[in-house]
Amino acid sequence: MFTSIAITPMYVTDQDEALRFYTETLGFTVDTDVDLGTMRWLTVALPGDPERQVLLQRIGDQTATGSAETAAMLRELTERGTTSWMILNTDDCRAAHAELTRRGAEIIQEPEEHPYGVDMAVRDPFGNQIRITQRNDWRP
Amino acid sequence: MRAIVAESETRRLLRAKDVMDRHYAEPLDVPALARVALLSPSHFTRRFRAVFGETPHQYLYRRRIERAQRLLRTTDLPVTEIGHGVGYASLGTFTRTFRRLTGETPTAFRRRGAVAPVPGCVARAWGRSSRFGEAAC
Repeated sequence: MFTSIAITPMYVTDQDEALRFYTETLGFTVDTDVDLGTMRWLTVALPGDPERQVLLQRIGDQTATGSAETAAMLRELTERGTTSWMILNTDDCRAAHAELTRRGAEIIQEPEEHPYGVDMAVRDPFGNQIRITQRNDWRP
Repeated sequence: MRAIVAESETRRLLRAKDVMDRHYAEPLDVPALARVALLSPSHFTRRFRAVFGETPHQYLYRRRIERAQRLLRTTDLPVTEIGHGVGYASLGTFTRTFRRLTGETPTAFRRRGAVAPVPGCVARAWGRSSRFGEAAC
């Protein structure tokens, strides 16, 4: 029925800041950046996986996040770390950690060994967690 | 860490909570966490509770026990060593806290576990992020 996952959102409060973080710190590239009139449609993707896009969705765009009251709730929950998040795959979690440290990312978990592989985590400027996993062959 | 002028109190409280997670095995340093959140210590504790639903101490203890639960289920490390690893110097305090939060002892929790344990020598190497791969069984 479906062929792939196209776009998933990350809620952000400032799209310029989001663009800087997701490209300069995490290494995404911009796919689309266009003013639709009602919202700025801003998507990024990883260079190695251009078909799978992340929408950097501004909290407060009414078409997307509803009334001002809803947007305020969404912002509060995002800043509590409880709305959008994602997991990125890496071939080398420790190398990614070294690079993200160099780039000044807010690292919230150092690389840790788990049965499924090595993982770490960073926080984006808005409160979203980005986990970075180097998976092995283990399956639960 | 960059200081972003527009950052809300909630975002700063989340940062302090992240710091607790990174240092979960260390004693709680409320004044230091309050500085991360740019709040006074008493205000920090009050606001943390209002935002996250539990006090900094409750949060820290819960996270420690969650880590211990994972280690109990996924490794064969001795209980004492797991307790120590998550921040409890005394087995008694660890067991008491574990029981208070989960309703059973670490040993009973482990006995119910189904995940194939990872040998302790490997798990110990896991805990030292800078020495990955140096496990000597």
